[in-house]
Amino acid sequence: MGVGGLLAAVWQVEIVRMVVLAAVVFTFLAVGGPLFLVLAERKISAWIQARVGPKHVGPHGLLQTVADTLKLLYKENILPHRADVVLFSVAPILVAVAALLDWVVIPFAPGWVVRDLNVGVLYFAAVSSLTVIGILAGGWASNNKYSLLGALRSAAQMVSYELPLGFSLILVATITGTLSTVRIVEAQPYPAYLYPSVVVAAVVFLIAATAEANRIPFDLPEAEAELVAGYFSEYTPMRFALFQLGEYGSLLASSALFTTLFLGGWKGPFQIPGVGPVVDGLVWFLLKTYAVVFFLMWVRWTYPRLRIDQLLGLSWKVLLPVSMVNLLVAGLLVVVR
Amino acid sequence: MNAEALAFYALAAMVVVGGGLVVQSRNLVHAAVSLVPTLLGVAGLYVLLHAEFVTAIQLLIYVGAITVLILFVILLTEGATGLRVPQRNEQVPLALVVSGALVLLLWAVLLRVPWGPPAGTLPPYNPGAVGRSLLMPYVLAFEVTSLVILACLVGAIVIARREE
Repeated sequence: MGVGGLLAAVWQVEIVRMVVLAAVVFTFLAVGGPLFLVLAERKISAWIQARVGPKHVGPHGLLQTVADTLKLLYKENILPHRADVVLFSVAPILVAVAALLDWVVIPFAPGWVVRDLNVGVLYFAAVSSLTVIGILAGGWASNNKYSLLGALRSAAQMVSYELPLGFSLILVATITGTLSTVRIVEAQPYPAYLYPSVVVAAVVFLIAATAEANRIPFDLPEAEAELVAGYFSEYTPMRFALFQLGEYGSLLASSALFTTLFLGGWKGPFQIPGVGPVVDGLVWFLLKTYAVVFFLMWVRWTYPRLRIDQLLGLSWKVLLPVSMVNLLVAGLLVVVR
Repeated sequence: MNAEALAFYALAAMVVVGGGLVVQSRNLVHAAVSLVPTLLGVAGLYVLLHAEFVTAIQLLIYVGAITVLILFVILLTEGATGLRVPQRNEQVPLALVVSGALVLLLWAVLLRVPWGPPAGTLPPYNPGAVGRSLLMPYVLAFEVTSLVILACLVGAIVIARREE
């Protein structure tokens, strides 16, 4: 086999690897995302509001979302009158794929990352902003004023909150001197004199990530009381499910990135006895990620929704100046030490 | 044809087809959305050149921000969304002449450049090198550019709020 043949073989292996990894991550996303998280959301909301929640399908209602998914698969796909066929069909796929792409740079355990890009954090910020295009296209293509309003709100919100989010990422990059997610995890714990800055950045990141995931108190794009369901009002079964996959997938991805940047990623407080480093890392990583998800659900069922001017004001007048000053202070500290 | 050439032609096709849709589509929203495959294709070309940092910036700024901004403006403009706007007028022959001349010029330049393997090795870590060159040798140009952008921002706000 010549050099050209070898290259071709390597290339085909790479394609197979890519497809297999995409399938694995997508399965994890579908099962660990909507299927599990919708159930968790309903159970947690029930617990917070002193209700019981889903109870009848399977033991303690555990199979409720499986039944819901099957129902979605069986229902008819409806195209609204005078909708834009191409964009209407492409939009949910775009949203789901954007959520899938986030996971390329998330390190699950030592050595367990799809690709350790040297611009990993930047890549995450870049692909998660693709969601907006899907939402805008879907909202417009539905030919419904509520969908369009929801899509516009979503775009305004995401563009505003990308900036504080970006400043939190820059702060972490300043401290660790790298943009690679794996090396950021390896650089933790951060030095003690930087703790105040890191905590501020973490809080800003969490608020901005909630807004990016369109969740209460920032769920204006789909505020059901005023906009029916916002940009996915007109979507029926599987396309609706894809939007849900995108939404919960990006919620999970934001929690995973928060874990990676601020909670030490796969590193645990102690080594679990009797297991290898990969299992140990995987367990700690998933525990922390789902703890962050639980926190976000707790917030969702505790606080009311903001108004659109309050929402944009919070981003531009509070979070952005705070993150700028914070970055300046942290940069000074890093240089002086 | 090796894998790299195959990837290049696939990405180039994406850019050309997307670009064609941008200038040909009669629907403004379709034209704006067609920017997405075009810019993604360009990002893919950067990946082929091993420029990960430029790729990420391309995605973040062009796909994530500029396209969203364009879509946002189109959707906020009343009446522009449902409209079928012809993208051609009587200046088509003139445009053909100008773009034909440009193609010839570029072709002549491309044929003359000696394309060979680049001298030396690439720096191992792109973002750091980009940051250092922006803030050390090119700091004046960098700051002047930021001032110009700031002036544009202030000017846009002044024009937009004039009626109050």
